[in-house]
Amino acid sequence: MSDQNIPGNLKYTNEHEWARVEGNKVVVGITHHAQATLGDVVYVELPKVGATLDQGDEFGTVESVKAVSELFSPVSGKVVKVNDALTESPETLNEDPYGEGWILEIELSDTSQVSELLDAAAYGNLLKNA
Amino acid sequence: MARRTPLNDAHRALGARMVDFAGWDMPVQYTSVIAEHEAVRNHVGLFDVSHMGEVEFTGPGALETVNALISNDLARISDGQAVYAGLLNEQGGFVDDIVAYRFSPERILICVNASNRDKDFAWMKEHARGVTPVDRGDDFAQIAVQGPKAAGLVQRLTKTDTSKIGTYRFAEGEVAGVGAIISRTGYTGEDGFELYCAPGDAVALWNALLTEGQQDGVKACGLASRDSLRTEMKYALYGNDIDDSHTALEAGLGWIVKLDKAGFIGKDALVAQKAAGVKRKLVGFELTGPGIPRHGYPIHKEGKPVGEVTSGTMGPTVKKPIGIGYVPAELAAEGSTFDVEIRGRAVPAVVVKTPFHKKP
Repeated sequence: MSDQNIPGNLKYTNEHEWARVEGNKVVVGITHHAQATLGDVVYVELPKVGATLDQGDEFGTVESVKAVSELFSPVSGKVVKVNDALTESPETLNEDPYGEGWILEIELSDTSQVSELLDAAAYGNLLKNA
Repeated sequence: MARRTPLNDAHRALGARMVDFAGWDMPVQYTSVIAEHEAVRNHVGLFDVSHMGEVEFTGPGALETVNALISNDLARISDGQAVYAGLLNEQGGFVDDIVAYRFSPERILICVNASNRDKDFAWMKEHARGVTPVDRGDDFAQIAVQGPKAAGLVQRLTKTDTSKIGTYRFAEGEVAGVGAIISRTGYTGEDGFELYCAPGDAVALWNALLTEGQQDGVKACGLASRDSLRTEMKYALYGNDIDDSHTALEAGLGWIVKLDKAGFIGKDALVAQKAAGVKRKLVGFELTGPGIPRHGYPIHKEGKPVGEVTSGTMGPTVKKPIGIGYVPAELAAEGSTFDVEIRGRAVPAVVVKTPFHKKP
């Protein structure tokens, strides 16, 4: 897989998170490029269900052997689900960043924010120009 | 523009992720830090450490000249042996930590950290009394071959009997047809060699080791696994765990300080500190709560700052969040507890016996 593993059905942020819009909810994770850059993920720190986030808020951290990386919320809303399996198996973030490696689900407080996110083509350009 | 070792193209061809390290364009990892780390613990790994520097003292009085600059004692070892030592300042802090190779009393070669090459050479030139040091940093490439299968791999490529080269001993010979200093040293906690060769020979040596090492499960390893391997052994990293403001005794490196030998820079300060008692110490600890300790995180005891983490990671072999840091002497005993502040959260930690990784 190359860094250009960018599913067309997702939205993206400049900070290398992805968002999958499902009605008034958004599932959030980190991109293939993000996990590849980070390297072997060995620890994740996640928010609690019920936490409220503003767009751009730091909501957790992902750590590799070497480095700490902050996670930023792509949208504003309430955390309704957290992928607790990542605490036990953080390597899932490397193995399946768009699937089993999802991080949390946010109930949108402002659905219009979704349109501010990057589409796959724009995110692809971001990587190319990085 | 970052400097490049002779192996730069080889790293890129292997798909390494390159980073700037102390002004050098170096591979941080090739595939996976954990896989590279485990290759060294279980098989064998190759590290390009050509960015490290070398300084040579040649001529009558070379041993005495170097002995006055370093904390360990070259008079107590034989020709063909090396010592780990501090290049200390007047306060007993580290200008650098080095390995000194005794070819003969009239030829001593010192290997220094990449980040300190210029500083060390200037320091040695200023403080050497007797023989004048020569900067040989650009005359050597260096490849570390580390892991339980390293000895077998190197032996298949050389006529030199490597079983006669004990730990911290070295010999001059040929490896894969390339002239090399074959040194049984390393920075990983595993058996292995550091091979010094001419820069023009480095690619041939690297490729021969990679090819011949296939049957051993060899992996090219980057700076990230070099760091996690040495952290599991609590080997000090200059700039993290040791520096000019922490003394060799505080760093727990009393064993490389020979206070009973003739004068050397830093000796008086260390004699005084030893008499007065060492007030802070470098310890190894494990977190007992969730998180990973990292360089620079504060250490608290009952809410008060008492020290700082100097290195930390999730140990790939020990599979625990481990750290190294300075704490007051009264918190340095095994079993002592304190908190590490991680993003505003106090996470409990306990001082443990080191190295963290014990060989099975």
